[in-house]
Parts: sequence; C-alpha cells; structure tokens
Amino acid sequence: MSVADTLAEGPEVSAVRAMALIVRRELRLSFRRPEQMLQPLVFFLIVTTLFPLGLSLQLSLLRDMAPGVLWVAALLSSLLSLDSLFKSDADDGTLDQLALSGQSLTAIVVAKTAAHWLVSGAALVLVSPLVGIALGIPVAIFPTMLGSLALGTLSLSWLGAIGAGLTVGLKRGNVLLSLIVLPLAMPLLIFGAGATDRAASGISSAGALYLLGSLCVFTCTLAPFATAAALRITLE
Amino acid sequence: MNFWAMGGYARFVWPCFGLAGLVLAWNVWSARRFHAAARVRVERALLMTDE
Amino acid sequence: MWTWFFRLASPPYVYRSAAALTPWFMTVAAIAIACGLIGGLRLAPPDYQQGDAFRIIYVHVPSAYMSLFCYTTMAVAGAIGLIWRIKMAYALAAATAPVGASFTALALVTGSLWGKPMWGTYWAWDPRLTSELILLFLYAGVMSLRPAFEDPARGDRAAALLSIVGVVNVPIIHYSVQWWNSLHQGATIAKIGKSEMPGSMLWPLLTMLLGFMCFYGAVVCIRLRGEVLNRERRSAWVREAIKS
Repeated sequence: MSVADTLAEGPEVSAVRAMALIVRRELRLSFRRPEQMLQPLVFFLIVTTLFPLGLSLQLSLLRDMAPGVLWVAALLSSLLSLDSLFKSDADDGTLDQLALSGQSLTAIVVAKTAAHWLVSGAALVLVSPLVGIALGIPVAIFPTMLGSLALGTLSLSWLGAIGAGLTVGLKRGNVLLSLIVLPLAMPLLIFGAGATDRAASGISSAGALYLLGSLCVFTCTLAPFATAAALRITLE
Repeated sequence: MNFWAMGGYARFVWPCFGLAGLVLAWNVWSARRFHAAARVRVERALLMTDE
Repeated sequence: MWTWFFRLASPPYVYRSAAALTPWFMTVAAIAIACGLIGGLRLAPPDYQQGDAFRIIYVHVPSAYMSLFCYTTMAVAGAIGLIWRIKMAYALAAATAPVGASFTALALVTGSLWGKPMWGTYWAWDPRLTSELILLFLYAGVMSLRPAFEDPARGDRAAALLSIVGVVNVPIIHYSVQWWNSLHQGATIAKIGKSEMPGSMLWPLLTMLLGFMCFYGAVVCIRLRGEVLNRERRSAWVREAIKS
C-alpha cells in the first residue's frame, strides 16, 4: 500500500505515523537509486580536491585552510542534493497528494527533510574524516570537525528546504536555489568553519559549537513552517 | 582650494559623494523609466482593444 | 475603523496619492540634502582623529540606514500582503527592492572608501561589513525570485516569504557591533540620551538622513505608480485614467 493511500485513510492516521511512513518511503526510494546518493558525495570529494590543486599548497599551509575548504565543499554539495528534495515528488504529483491528504504539511516537510539529511548530510559527515586526512586536519580535532559538520549540514537541510520549496517547478530552479540559500547559510559557514578552526588552533571551540547548536535548533524549529508556507505558494 | 583638498583625503571623500549622487540620480531615472514603460503597456493594450 | 486601512489599499487611491505625494517628498528631500551637504562639507569642523575623511559619514550612514530600512519595509509589506492579502502591499515591496539594493551597494562602496583612510584597508571580513554584504545578496535573491514565476501573483507571494525569512539578517547587522569585537565603530547616533557626536557634526547627519528618507518616499511613489499600472492594467479605472 503506497504512502499516499495510507495517508488517504484520513486524519485518523496520526501525524507521527505519517511522518514515520514518509521517512521510510524516502529512505527506500533513495536506496533504490544508490548512484543518486553517491553523486553529492563524489562532488564533495572532488571540490575538496580542487582547492589543493588550484592553490598548490604544501600540506602544512593547507592545514590552516582545511576547515574552511571542508565547509565550503560541504555547503556546495548539500546545495546540489537539495534540489532533489521536492523535485521528483512534485513532478509526478505525489507532493500534491501529500498536501491534500489532510496531514499537516509542516509534519510532512519535517519528515522529508529529516530523511533527506539522513541520506545526504549524514553521509557527508561520515565521509569527512577521509577528506580531513587529505587536507591535513589533525586527527585529534576530528570530533569537533564531525560535530560541527553534523550540526551544520542539519541546519543547512532545514534552511535549504525553504529554498527548495520556493523554487520547486521553476525553470533554472537550481541556480535560483543556490542564490537564495547561500546568503542565508553564510552565518552557518562562519560559525561552523570557525569552530573547527579554533579547535585546530588549540583554542576552545565550545562557544562556536554552542552557537552552531543554537542555530541548528532555531532553523529546525522555524524552517519547516516557512517551507510548508513556501510549498503552499508554489503548489497551488 | 583647501575645501577641495579635504585635508588630503580628497580622493576618498569626493568619489563617495559623487557615487552617492549617481545612485540617487539612477534611482530617479530608473523609477521614471519603469513608470513610463508601464504606461506604454497600458496604452498599447488600450489601442488593441479599441480596434 | 479598518475602512481607512483598506481604502489605503485600493489601487486607484494609491495611484493618485503617489502622484500627489511625489513632488512634496522630492522638494523636502532636495532641501534637506542640500542643507545636509552644506552643513557636512562646509560647516562641520574636521574630526580630531580622521580630519576631513570623516565627512564620508554624511553619505555612508544615511545609505546604510536606508538599506536596512528598505529591507525591513519590504519584509513588512510582504507580511501584510501574505496575511491580509492586500495586493498593494506586494506592489510596495516590489517598488522598494531595487531602491534598497542600490542603497546597500552605496553603503558598501562608501564604507570601503572610508575604510582605507580610517583602518588602512578597503575591506575587512568583520561582522558588520560581512552581514551588510549578505544583505546585498538577500536583495538579489528576492529580486531574482519574483520574476521567475509565470504567475506574477505567485511570484509576489514567494518573494514576500523569502524577504521575511531574510529579515533575520537586519538585527544581526545592527547589533553585530555590540555582539562581536568589530573593526566597525559602534552606534553613531544614540536613540535615547546624549549622542557622542558634537552637535555641529550631528545635525547635518540627521538632515541627510531625513533627506534620504524623503528621497526614498519620492522614488518609491514613482515606482509604485508603475507597479500599480502593471498589476491593474486590465481593470476599467486604469483605462479611464490613462485615456484622460
């Protein structure tokens, strides 16, 4: 029984059950096309490679730049994968059905975004130690690096969902998506890279991580409402 | 002539005021052009329906 | 009581009022800016530390202030449009965007030219400068999103939502000098209590601020008329107004 059918049973289906169903569906769909999951990861690795190639730095100098390079690459590859958050469902009408199902659109958005992060952002965080080694980041600060990336990619998924909701179905939507999301994501970049940077210099990164955490909470709680509102505007 | 020298900072001060003037002028010009273009659109539409 | 509010929102009323208000705004703007220029360039004494370079304040601060004011206006107008579904609110938001963006660019460039004599550098990645630059990008995003939709009404709503999301940046810009160690100086004009600036330097600044505000009023009235014509071009009152 498809998710849409289950949801069509009516409002008796609890929001939690609906969200769980959607997460399961998203994960199942993603694993059916593993190459779509791998593409942003490969992009991430390629972009990180571009910096040392373009700047031809020695490893010792690269180390200083590493947190920033890592974060910019993570940001760009997250943007790439955001495009697919609503696109395929919008194309085949599933998104309209979900919107009409009587379930809270915000809850549906939360579920889709969470599933999306599990597949893209979490994967990025898991791959980041490899990149960290390639860029010369000391292993001792990997926990800070992983923590800041986890919080950052999570925030970015929520924030980016707003942009994805606003640009779904537009021609050249992916370029507009980047134009809209990147300025909003700049504070994330500043604090995220800053946290890793401080850890690398030996200063306490706790402050930056706390800020990053609070930014994450802020976006997680407010962004879904904005995304649902965006979808209501673009889907009518 | 002391005035134009701006205490030695002339090459910073005068471009700032000049740019400000340009931005203000552009705003007026651009707004007027926008309004004029909108008028032309309406007039054209009127002509077509009157035919 | 709400009738005046909704009357304010009727397109023919906006169209006529904007026409009537423009010359008044423009006149006050011209006088205020002229006085501000005389006061700022001539009458105000040179600064003890910066000499005559400080005079850049007379264009930098008004344009920076207007960049924030315009974005906030755009966001509030967007919110009013979304909540009360008033089309003229969207027209105001659309009219304000390019004006605000131009003020932001002016603030960045004048700030940069002031930075060289004051700090020794044309640019620094400090919180206030960075967040003002982000503001410019936010303007660009809103101005790019609106025309991307085939249905202009949908474009208005999407742009309104985006501007509301981005308005978070405005308090960040304003308070950044308090929250972080910043190269940029703190508040120039204290809203309550005595300002740190001497009166002879302060009054031209306030005058220029008034001038820029009125200038914005005039320009936005002109643009609003264009917006109204574009949005209402199929309605009868527009045809009558243009025919006459």
